[in-house]
Amino acid sequence: MLEQLSTRFKKIVKFIRGEGKITEENISDALRQIKIALLEADVNYKIVKDFIEKIKQKALDQKVIESITPGQQVIKIVKDELTELLGSKSHSLNFSNQRPSIYLLVGLQGSGKTTTCGKLAKWFSKRNKKPLLTSLDLKRPAAQEQLKKIANLIGINFYPVDRNKNLKTVIENLINHAKSNYFDSIIIDTAGRLHVDEELMEELFLIKELLKPVETIYVGDALTGQDAVRSAQLFDKKVGIDSIILTKLDGDARGGAALSIVSVTGKPIKFIGVGEKFDELEVFHPERLASRILGFGDVVTLVEKAMEKIETEKAEELAKKIKKQEFTLEDFRRQLAQLRKLGSLSSLIKFFPSIGPFKSLEKINIDDKKIIHYEAIINSMTLKERENPKIINGRRRLRIAKGSGRSVQEVNQLLKQYFQMKKMLNRKDFKKILNSISKM
Amino acid sequence: MDLILKNKISKTREKFKNTIENILLKNKKKEELIEEIEESLILADVGWNSTQKIINSIREKIRVQFSPEEVKRIIENEIVSILTKSPINLNFGKSKTVIMLVGVNGSGKTTCTAKLANYLKKRKMKVIMVAADTFRPAAIEQLLVWGEKIGVPVFKNYTAKDPASVVFDALKIKDVDVFLIDTGGRLHTKINLMQEVEKIARICARQVKGAPHDVLLVLDAGIGQNAIQQAREFLKFTGLTGIFVSKLDGTAKGGCVIGISDELGLPVKFIGVGEGEDDIMEFSPEEYARALLR
Ligand SMILES: Nc1nc2c(ncn2[C@@H]2O[C@H](COP(=O)(O)OP(=O)(O)OP(=O)(O)O)[C@@H](O)[C@H]2O)c(=O)[nH]1
Ligand SMILES: Nc1nc2c(ncn2[C@@H]2O[C@H](COP(=O)(O)OP(=O)(O)OP(=O)(O)O)[C@@H](O)[C@H]2O)c(=O)[nH]1
Ligand SMILES: [Mg+2]
Ligand SMILES: [Mg+2]
Repeated sequence: MLEQLSTRFKKIVKFIRGEGKITEENISDALRQIKIALLEADVNYKIVKDFIEKIKQKALDQKVIESITPGQQVIKIVKDELTELLGSKSHSLNFSNQRPSIYLLVGLQGSGKTTTCGKLAKWFSKRNKKPLLTSLDLKRPAAQEQLKKIANLIGINFYPVDRNKNLKTVIENLINHAKSNYFDSIIIDTAGRLHVDEELMEELFLIKELLKPVETIYVGDALTGQDAVRSAQLFDKKVGIDSIILTKLDGDARGGAALSIVSVTGKPIKFIGVGEKFDELEVFHPERLASRILGFGDVVTLVEKAMEKIETEKAEELAKKIKKQEFTLEDFRRQLAQLRKLGSLSSLIKFFPSIGPFKSLEKINIDDKKIIHYEAIINSMTLKERENPKIINGRRRLRIAKGSGRSVQEVNQLLKQYFQMKKMLNRKDFKKILNSISKM
Repeated sequence: MDLILKNKISKTREKFKNTIENILLKNKKKEELIEEIEESLILADVGWNSTQKIINSIREKIRVQFSPEEVKRIIENEIVSILTKSPINLNFGKSKTVIMLVGVNGSGKTTCTAKLANYLKKRKMKVIMVAADTFRPAAIEQLLVWGEKIGVPVFKNYTAKDPASVVFDALKIKDVDVFLIDTGGRLHTKINLMQEVEKIARICARQVKGAPHDVLLVLDAGIGQNAIQQAREFLKFTGLTGIFVSKLDGTAKGGCVIGISDELGLPVKFIGVGEGEDDIMEFSPEEYARALLR
């Protein structure tokens, strides 16, 4: 995938640098690339088709023909349009006027409903709210047990339902219990079901009628393919959903299903699940997902930003060195200085997709004040040390620390990060991308 | 095949909406026809590359004057030829057999483990299920409920943290024909979890000759293009031998298996068509290809 990504990216870079003029002919190639990218990201075929048509009209309409970098503008249109489709802003949860606010989680089998119930409960309790967890899943083996264990793990109250009572009584008892014990919210798990299972969809509708939740949340799996459209649509039509939580975004799936689900239901994504643990729930940011779906979006943004500020020569030299695999501390220092010019490093790192070769960047996590300290440390090294950091032993570290007024730990940290970075920069795909940047 | 299964098949078939059939009957020009075939394949999650590959290989064979049936047969044959690259039956050991089920979170591993146990038990084999998901809350309890339901023993250890150690202990049990190992869900991008499942496979190999005889990647029929990357990674870490497609009773078709089969030579061995223990079928490439185009 990464191979493909960087070749596609290269093509687009070529297009950006290229000819300067947009015609129907040369835009069609770019649009085809974008189409394939979206399909490979699992955006539904029909949605892609409409989307590409829209982009084409916009691109030709906006008189980008006159502009110096039309390719960039096309990409910007694509990204903006995608972001807008995804919701253009973050939404928070709704609350009902009276306590308790009821949240009903629904979705296909295995999408992550039960886990997400736990995550939401934890999210509430961190905000000093008192949530109650309960499960209406009497079908899946050990479903009750699962939510009960989760509740225990995260220290949230769990309300067991009485299997022998009918649904109406169960729900009345539940709400009374929540009211009399001053719970702020009830988070309700349901059994997974197929959108084409008439009987179970009817049952879910009934549950919703009885509960009158403030939000019925569709829990969708980010790994889903083309069928995401059909399932989300039917859940919305037959049960009615208010919002969406997208799970399993911690992998390297591009998550195009999100676009399908949102387009077809018109409902906002509120959170994303990024792990199996109960604090791995994040507020949804449309622009980040738009970039991720595009695959190269972040890199393009980085290119745009870099083009304005990085001095081309130095970057070229760096690219050459990287090619020859000899990224030295001196280069590291120069790079730090350049990065400082670009603005905050941490904000820059955000532009990299947090998948694939860039993943380790997050771990490197250099904050901006540190850059200055790091520069000071490197400035205290001899040229020989900078060119061949392997020779920096304990005694030298002590000297460097004294010379720069920083601690030995910091010197160690810097060296560690340098070696990490060097390792990463030597990766094929990263080199390709840096190369393209520096050539511009 | 028993009666229940037969009913399930026809139910499944009905749900595959007849897209290509309709297209073909409309008697289109060749390029239009091809574009619409492309659409159907992509909508079935076959993916861009595999779709182009299929289309390129049939393009020359199709004539405008062909009947819809003929065109359909050509595409079907192409798909079948991809899906029959490797044999689809289970591998059995000389005395003991070990089968691992692996895959990403929520794909259906535990349910498939139970279905497979039930399937083998019906074929007069002595089966045991091994609860090797030590992480997910109530994963062991879930398998125990299944064991009770289908009358198959479950090997478990509530306090173990390392699933490989559970498997190590389980494989010591005598008088068992087939060990079915239910592993925890893991995304292929999590290196520590992939190493964990690699270790399980290693323990199997060390304890039983020729084990694991099968390592099945459980794929949700609804999965998109990420499946191919999953298959590559799981293959690398566990030496996959095949695929179990779950949840084919919905509207999703799991077309990603075509690309996986083509690129990695991994056969689909079983499919799941419901949440019951009998909702398992041996994979038939012909029927699958037919259903895909329907
Ligand atoms: N990696 C990852 N795994 C997740 C995430 N959310 C849920 N899971 C895992 O996905 C699997 C299925 O989650 P469940 O919460 O049991 O799914 P469910 O929708 O309740 O399943 P059913 O009740 O059977 O329909 C479990 O292994 C979870 O740990 C996520 O955001 N990331
Ligand atoms: N409709 C349908 N549902 C299925 C099928 N196979 C499994 N499921 C359901 O999918 C959900 C998840 O199944 P599990 O067997 O728990 O999945 P898993 O891969 O073990 O999940 P983790 O261990 O959490 O990663 C359950 O609700 C199952 O009942 C199938 O063939 N059809
Ligand atoms: Mg559940
Ligand atoms: Mg399981």
